[in-house]
Formats: sequence, structure tokens, C-alpha cells
Amino acid sequence: MKIVVGEGSCGIAAGAAKVYSAIEALLGSSEAMLTVTGCIGMCFLEPIVDIYDGDELKKRLVKVQPDDAEKIIAYVNGDEKAVDGIEISDDDKQFLEKQTRIALRHCGLINPEKIEEYTAQDGYKALEKVLNTMTPEEVIEEIKVSGLAGRGGAGFPTWFKWNAARQSQGEEKYLICNADEGDPGAFMDRAVIESDPHNLIEGMLIGAYAIGAKEAVVYVRAEYPLAIERLKEAIKQAEEKGFLGDNIMNSGFSCKMRIKAGAGAFVCGEETALIESLQGERGMPRLKPPFPAQSGYWYKPSNINNVETFANVSWIILNGGDAFAAMGTEGSKGTKVFALTGKIQKGGLVEIPMGKTLRDVIFDIGGGIKNGKEFKAVQMGGPSGGCIPAELLDTVIDYKALGATGAIMGSGGMVVMDETTCMVSMAQFFLDFTAKESCGKCIHCRIGTKRMLEILNRIVKGEGKEGDIELLEELCYSIKDGALCGLGQTAPNPVLTTIKYFRNEYEAHIKEKKCPARSCPDLLSYSIDPDKCRGCTLCAKKCPADAISGEVKSAHSVDTSKCIKCGSCVSVCRFGAVNVD
Amino acid sequence: MNCSCKKSDLSLIKPVLDEYGDTPGSLITILQHAQDIYGYLPTDVLYCIAERIGASPAKVMGVATFYSQFRLQPVGKYLIMLCQGTACHVNGSQRIEAAITQELGISDGETTDDGLFTLKNVACLGCCSLSPVMMINGETYGSLTPSKTVEILRKLKEEG
Repeated sequence: MKIVVGEGSCGIAAGAAKVYSAIEALLGSSEAMLTVTGCIGMCFLEPIVDIYDGDELKKRLVKVQPDDAEKIIAYVNGDEKAVDGIEISDDDKQFLEKQTRIALRHCGLINPEKIEEYTAQDGYKALEKVLNTMTPEEVIEEIKVSGLAGRGGAGFPTWFKWNAARQSQGEEKYLICNADEGDPGAFMDRAVIESDPHNLIEGMLIGAYAIGAKEAVVYVRAEYPLAIERLKEAIKQAEEKGFLGDNIMNSGFSCKMRIKAGAGAFVCGEETALIESLQGERGMPRLKPPFPAQSGYWYKPSNINNVETFANVSWIILNGGDAFAAMGTEGSKGTKVFALTGKIQKGGLVEIPMGKTLRDVIFDIGGGIKNGKEFKAVQMGGPSGGCIPAELLDTVIDYKALGATGAIMGSGGMVVMDETTCMVSMAQFFLDFTAKESCGKCIHCRIGTKRMLEILNRIVKGEGKEGDIELLEELCYSIKDGALCGLGQTAPNPVLTTIKYFRNEYEAHIKEKKCPARSCPDLLSYSIDPDKCRGCTLCAKKCPADAISGEVKSAHSVDTSKCIKCGSCVSVCRFGAVNVD
Repeated sequence: MNCSCKKSDLSLIKPVLDEYGDTPGSLITILQHAQDIYGYLPTDVLYCIAERIGASPAKVMGVATFYSQFRLQPVGKYLIMLCQGTACHVNGSQRIEAAITQELGISDGETTDDGLFTLKNVACLGCCSLSPVMMINGETYGSLTPSKTVEILRKLKEEG
């Protein structure tokens, strides 16, 4: 028997490492083996422990606590019923069964720290096929047939970028992987690197061979320490096995790879800003043209793709571009990974073929909204994307169809919102983000986002003025026109889509000084209904600001000068005695 | 800027400068190592780096202030990184921030007078399923409520 603990970053945050230690302490003389895997993507069930007999998955245990270690040991020692209470339900199993996994195909199944487990799953076979039987042009043609497009958000055809870099003159070329996953609320790329780092390395090597690069760099967010550690180890192992370095598999092709840790700047997701950052400079975008394919890293021909893009490459080489292109829609081929979060029942990583609808992802796979609330909107594409309302839930996942709503496919962040989420506050949240992250190069972006944020701050405080919505719209279009890079050109999207679909919420804030979602603190006041209050003292105990007072068994009251409007009292009151107006 | 009262031990950064000082494009890497060594980026260390790599102090300062990872001030014993990612925002991170501010009297970027706590809002810790989340010295605390947050802080205060 083999006991496998899921140790991705969020598994560890949920307590997986403590579970591992608890099992290890009890393992003793048992013949079972204890090991780790990456993230299987069922965040809502973490920590997860799988028990295998040979290659067969016998039990998948969920929300495992250190105390459950005894049960697990009892099970591997022959007590069939020992883990009944913590086994995954049939309903939750559907979360994975309804997915089609290509980029994530090994995630949560293999040990990311052992290259043997990757090679046992046909790992590095695609590289072998490419180096032994294909010319770089044939590789590019296969990628063209597959229809693979950039998964970082822009959706530019991958073969076109590879071909442009291939055609560029010059001996020295670079292949760069953009792993600066900056969209707050997205963690697809982190999961791939933490769970299946060799798949990324293999995809990058095939790309390097196609464009003729001898050096590859992975630019990873510094906020992903575990991803950096596992990738470092994977590069070392690949070098030892001869998959990386000089004369790879005796093919004559050589390529080295290194990691560069970013230092925290959202704009570095833009490829020319990323190149500046790689060169040790402030991450400010360059003018295009020349494009990186002509003049990139150290002004040499360079090609930059996102992690998920590379994670599809070895599958395409082994299974053929046609097999990949058979999935999806006319304009969007293959699968896409989404990080499903927010007010969703089952949050986690979802990989599905293009052409499915938003409803499929949110309701069929994600199980709908938490706590019986109503679905209001889904935010896609993070600070560059937009909010899609309930009436457009049947929109298909396709670059064009999503673009038509005003949102974008984006890198895969999918944040679900319910009736208690204020859409004006959402727009303010994203503008606050882009205003801070604007690099300052273009005046429209630097000052425009600041002015927009001031207006939004005013509106959520109840100080909005007649004409603010129109002024916001005017600023949006000026920034879109006046910004050099993607950050500025897309920064207005969250505001434009919320105005388009939720204009009534803006108007309620401005004209009636009310927040319909009852979320904006400045527009709320808390009080306790003396007729309903039983004096149980629970709210006073839970109030972090000591703003509630009263005697036991008599009505309590809120001191509004101390109240920080955190809502703790509402959530603990069993008698519905707290009024929010 | 030269007259900062506190002098840093510049010998600590020397091995880093020996390793990366001559490699073009290494400024960010050097600054990351410097921050690991000193806990922040002291002004005299920035001058030392500038001189060694042959760049102007203004350029080094420009890079150090561009990226959110770099700090120009020392941090408290407990660094509270409060996630402000989209999922945490939707699940009420503003309320957690209000509770921290109320309890400790500090806002984003500030340190308590006793040098115990520093509050820093961060873009996304990537533990979206546990939102709202904060990380204190590497330990993640998830599914926070304002009162749970205050309990955690009071416990750390007691430990000193």
C-alpha cells in the first residue's frame, strides 16, 4: 500500500504537512509507503490523502486532520472500514470526473520531486520524438495544426510566435517562460509548477528546439517559494538524466535552463516589461515593434510563453495536433484551466474543453453558490477582465465569445460572486490594484487610473456626484487609447463591464446613498432590535472592537462610534436581532 | 542619504557581490539576497551595491522602490501578510483589515511601536479556497473572521 499526501501550497496551508507528520509518526513497522504529490485541484476538500494498492487508487480521503492518522494506519493494516467517515463522496468525485485534463494531467497523481514518476508516465518521450524524428519546422507545423493559443490571456497563436522567433536572424536566441502569475485570484500556473515541473521543462525544451534557443529562463513570482524549490530540484534532476544541458539525448541539441525570481510587480506579466525585469531593471514595457521575436532579452530574438501553454506542448507532440484541435470551438482549440474561487461551493482547479459554458463550470462542476445564496456575476481575467452577469451564464468558453461580453478569457481566474457582493466595490478593488501596479510610463494609465480610483472611492463612501458614471466612462476610453501596454489598455474593463451590467448599483450609491448588496461599510449602520435581542451576549463576545455592550438576558446595544462594521454580530446572532441599514 | 545614523555590516553583502557583481542584469537578485541578509534594504547597503555594480545610487533606488517585495524599513517580529486577492476581497478581507487595524493601531505598511507587528497587504497568497487568508511569518491562517483574527493576534502578543 502507498499513502500519498497532497502537498501543494494550498494543501499545506490547509494542514497537509501536519497530516503527513502525524502519519509518519505512526507508520512504524507498517509496510505501507508514505509519499507526497502535488495539487489535484480539489481545494475545497484539502487536505487530501490517497491510498493506493499498486497503481490502483483504493481510497481518496478528504478534509483529513492529523487525528485521522490512526484510522489511515488501521486501514493499510487491513481494517477495511477504518476510513469510512472521511472518504470522498460520490458527488464530490464528479468534480474531477467531469473534467478533461491535458495541462493538469499529472497533477496530484505523481510525486513532483521524483523524475522517475514523470518518465514512467511517458515523460520526456515527446522530447525524444522531437529530437530524433522532427525538424524544428515540423514541430512548429504540429503546434499550428493543434491551434494552441497563448494561455496567459491574450490568446495569440503559439506557432506564430515560435515561427517568428525561428525566422529571426541571429545565433543567440532565448526562450522564456512567463510564470509571473500576477492576477489576484488565479493559481493555475503555480499548481502546474508545484505538481508537474517536468512537464513544464519538457514543453520549454521542445519550444527551445523549435525556435533555436540554447538558453531558457523561467521567470517565477517570488511569492511562490514552493514552486521555485520544486522547479529547481526538477531542473537538477533533468540535468542529471541528460534531458537538459549539452547534447541532449545525443541529438546534438543543447539547452540550459535557469530560474529568475520576480520581485512583485503585476506589470511584469507584460512580455517586454518582463524582459526589462529579467535584465535587472524596473519592469517598464518597451515600445513594440520591434517585437521580442526580433529584439527581446538582451536585444536578441526571444520567445515568451505562459506556463499553461508549455504544459500542453508535450501532449500535443505525443498525441498529435489533430487530437488537440478536435476539442473546442472554431476559434479556440483544446482545453483551458480555470481557478474557480469566490462564493462557490466547490472551489479549485477546473480544466475543461473550450466550448463548454460558464454554467457548466460554475454550476455543474463547481456545485453553484455557497450558503444557498443567489449567483450574481463571475469575474474573469482579473484586473484586465470583467464581470459577466447571470443572464450571460450560457456564454461559451471561447476567446471571441467571452471577449464579446466585455470580459476576457484571461489567464484563468474565475471569481464567483453572489448577491452580497457589491459590484461598485469590485470595480474599486480592481482599480485600486491597477492604480498601484501602473508602472507610471504612460500618463493616461498613471494619472487616469488614479483619478478613476478617486471617483470610485467617493462613490462607495456615499459621496458620489451626478455625472460621475459618465466621467468614469470618458476616462476609461481615454486610458484604453492612451496606454502603451496591456495593463493600461485593459485596466478600465472591470469598470466598464460593471457599469454596463450593473449600472443600477452605481446609481443607488450615487443618488440614494445606498449599497444594494449591503456591503459598503460607509453606507451601512448596525443596530440591535431590543425586541428580538435575548441578551445572550454572544455578539458582545465576538465583537473585535468591543462596540457592543449590555447585561446578560437584557437587550444589547451597538456603540456606533466604536463599530468597525465587520458584520461579526450579524453572523453570530441566532435571533436575527442585528439590523443593517 | 549618506548620514543614516545606523551603520550596516557591509561585510555580510560582500559574498553576494562577489558572486553576482559582474553578471549583467543581476541587480534584482542582489537586492533579494540583501533583503534576506538584513531583513530590509538599508540605505548604506544600497550605496554599497551601486558602487560595486557601477550604477548610480538613483538607479538602484529606482529598482528597489519599483518592486513590492523590497522594503526600505525594518519590519516587526511578526510580519502579517494580509491577502487582498480577489477571492479574499469577495469573502471579506476588508473586514479582517479593519479588525487588525482596530486591534493593533496600524495600517498597511506600518509597524507597531513595540516593534512586534508589521501589517502588509499582499496581492494574492494563492490559497483562494481558504479565503480570507493571512500569513504570519510563513504560517497560513485561513477562513478568517474578524473575531478569529483578533484571537490569533492576542495570542501572539502574549507570546511576545
